[in-house]
Amino acid sequence: MKLLIVDDSSIIRRAIEKYLGPLGLEVCATASNGKEALDLFQKHQPDLVTLDITMPFMDGLSCLSEIKKIKPSAKVIVISALSDQATGIKALKLGAFSFLPKPFTEQQIVEEIRRVLGEGS
Amino acid sequence: MTETELRHFIDTVFNYFQQLTGQGPQMGLPYIKNQDSVVMDFTGLIGISGPRKGGIYLTTKRDLLVKMTQIVLGDSSGDDQVLLDMVGEMANTIAGNLQKYFGADFQISVPIVVSGKPTDVSLRLKPPSFVIPFSWEGMKACLVAGLES
Repeated sequence: MKLLIVDDSSIIRRAIEKYLGPLGLEVCATASNGKEALDLFQKHQPDLVTLDITMPFMDGLSCLSEIKKIKPSAKVIVISALSDQATGIKALKLGAFSFLPKPFTEQQIVEEIRRVLGEGS
Repeated sequence: MTETELRHFIDTVFNYFQQLTGQGPQMGLPYIKNQDSVVMDFTGLIGISGPRKGGIYLTTKRDLLVKMTQIVLGDSSGDDQVLLDMVGEMANTIAGNLQKYFGADFQISVPIVVSGKPTDVSLRLKPPSFVIPFSWEGMKACLVAGLES
């Protein structure tokens, strides 16, 4: 299963890649903004995307809309510090599979990905 | 800013460290910022738009960022670029978490990060600005916030 990691923080991109490494996912690309993410999504057609919201050039919610037009079956996990319920609901309405709030721990993101993959308890 | 709002800032900083590290910081007494510069080694500034225009910045000593990077990544070279990224992400997350209290129209910018002692770091803040000092495992930092009422 191919994974695209999108976050404007290089530390968060590296952390997600490190935490999810043992799950056997193929990290096909990482992106630091929504525009770059769309280009890479078109190129690699990943099955799974972790997507930040607050990013330069194109925010995560706009990017999410475009991703779902390109490949509706892609599972997108929005990972954001924006903690108002309305933001999470908006992400889900736009087609996000789930919403993981920041800050997150290794255990939390691994459990979330396992759930998305249908491996959760 | 009201006392209740100030409490939201304190709780958000505390919860950030508690959630990520399992160890909450020691929160100091907030005060109104005067002309003195409140800037440490690395600073992440977030602009706020919407009804509460202004800004928030997190400023910390180097050692705190090195330790936080070690916790997130498992190691840290102490490279300045990595520490700048870390302070930006921390400021971004704390500002984003404040949406829970201020609502969805509390819109945050991407972080602006700086090292050293820039003189213009307070320009985005709307006075009066409040300084919330804290220490985590003995390492010092401050959150500074100035929002329109």
